[in-house]
Amino acid sequence: MRQIIITRAGPAMTVQDAGRPGHLGQGLSRGGAADPLALAEGAALWGQAGAAIEMAGTGGVFTVSEPTRIALTGAPMSADLDGRALRWNASHMMPAGGVLTIGGASAGAYGYVHFGGGIDTPLVLGARSAHLSAGLGRVLQSGDKLPLGPDTGQTTGMGLEVPNRFEGGVLRLVASVQTEAFSAAERARFTDTEFTRDARANRMGMKLSQAGAAFATDAQLDVLSEVIVPGDVQMTGDGVPFILLPECQTTGGYPRIGTVIPCDMPRAAQAGPGARLRFRFVSRDEALQAERGLRDHVAGLRRAIRPLLRDPAQMGDLLGYNLIGGAVCAHQEEE
Amino acid sequence: MAGAFPQIASVGLGGLLVRFAAHLSEDANRAALAFRAALESAGWDGIEECATSLASTFVRFDPLAVDAGALSARLSALLSEHDWYAMPLPHGRRHFLVPCAFGGDAGPAFGAAADAAGLSAQAALGALTAAPLRVMTIGFAPGLPYMGDLPDFDIPRLKELVQVPAGGVALAIRQAIIFPNGSPTGWRHVGQTAFRPFQPEADQPFTLAAGDEVQFRAVSEDELALIRVADDPTGGAEVTAL
Repeated sequence: MRQIIITRAGPAMTVQDAGRPGHLGQGLSRGGAADPLALAEGAALWGQAGAAIEMAGTGGVFTVSEPTRIALTGAPMSADLDGRALRWNASHMMPAGGVLTIGGASAGAYGYVHFGGGIDTPLVLGARSAHLSAGLGRVLQSGDKLPLGPDTGQTTGMGLEVPNRFEGGVLRLVASVQTEAFSAAERARFTDTEFTRDARANRMGMKLSQAGAAFATDAQLDVLSEVIVPGDVQMTGDGVPFILLPECQTTGGYPRIGTVIPCDMPRAAQAGPGARLRFRFVSRDEALQAERGLRDHVAGLRRAIRPLLRDPAQMGDLLGYNLIGGAVCAHQEEE
Repeated sequence: MAGAFPQIASVGLGGLLVRFAAHLSEDANRAALAFRAALESAGWDGIEECATSLASTFVRFDPLAVDAGALSARLSALLSEHDWYAMPLPHGRRHFLVPCAFGGDAGPAFGAAADAAGLSAQAALGALTAAPLRVMTIGFAPGLPYMGDLPDFDIPRLKELVQVPAGGVALAIRQAIIFPNGSPTGWRHVGQTAFRPFQPEADQPFTLAAGDEVQFRAVSEDELALIRVADDPTGGAEVTAL
């Protein structure tokens, strides 16, 4: 059985896939990769969807029992294979016993390493994702061994140009059920404020800090608990905003000023410590158009991958490469 | 929140919320449960899932596949077909008599909750154990029951969050909850059970369903420790069909 051996685990590495939709009514949020776009990029790079390892802030050291294709996506991290630097947003071949070392992120919050065939741990409630707040799965530890599924593809040495979503920026909001509970003046102050992503963040949500007064509504502490969706910007009792992420609670009583639209959630989740964020309310039509744009982008990822241009001067083991194969795959690989 | 109920509101880009009341009420809770059941059996195209909160039904859909305005009109039409507030509770309900240690280390905020409610410790204990509580919805965390009504405990959430362990019982705004996992909360932690609302490894991972009843039976911390030894996921509860 092909497997990954985690020689050294970073502090917050978990197995992640698309999560578990459909359990809202039982209090279980979908969970899944904090940056689902990074999962889609990995799937495009190695031609197969599957569970990957999500690395918050910093990576770890990995080996594989048999030759294995890998892809690296999400927050760019330093990476090398047996001492040779690896390109991020790219797929590579890892020999049996090769040592993959992934370091800290230069920007962003969540990096992903995908292994050909996908991580094949048992399904729990329909998915492999760790959902830490629900008590499903756990943080990966040094010494863990993870089985891999059958790899149906062969392509490696491909890269993807990825627009920068790793340094904060503007997040678009739509109004939600409690937006009106905030006065027009409070909402205006909210969208005029530049926030900093606080160090306090996890897969449930990220705290935002700012210099001004807390954001308040009169209804603050006795709102009837209602449904919560990822992207909701919630004001806790002391008026500090949190952006709720995939492992968020499913209902809650703290008022929410608006909801970050789904296509801006990768940018939200990838705002690393200290990143600056602003918010802008948009119309439903503008939000739908943006969402359509993201889906088109995801659908086009497979066509957007390109062979990596290698600099022969930096290839110490030129003769070890198969210079004609690999870059072209004649058959269409499907998810 | 003003205006007539039921009312329909938009949640994010891919959700609609049907609210049956602005405040907790038994008939609005039944309406929300019945409306969800009706939607699930109707099986409309493009609806990805339905859920309830205390007094509302949530419908999640793909916003690019379903026009929110058309779905809202369809929900309105369904709402006008019945008096949802007069609908019966779900079938298959059960009664759980759950041992719970109140106060002390097991419930550090018990005294403060009683004070906030204007009750003596003895009266507070009586109010929490005298009658069964209805599971009004499951939410927040997997399997977590929101139970009520506790009219004596119309107390607000706290501004500061505290950590509550798995099995902890907490109170606010006329309701009690049991935490499936350790969690920060603004509710007041008044007691401790060995009850597990979420058992991911079990065939039925979610122990309770909306409509079930939970009645607390006060036990000492020593008794609770003995119950824990038995490692029973219902925490020593007696379960009967209703």
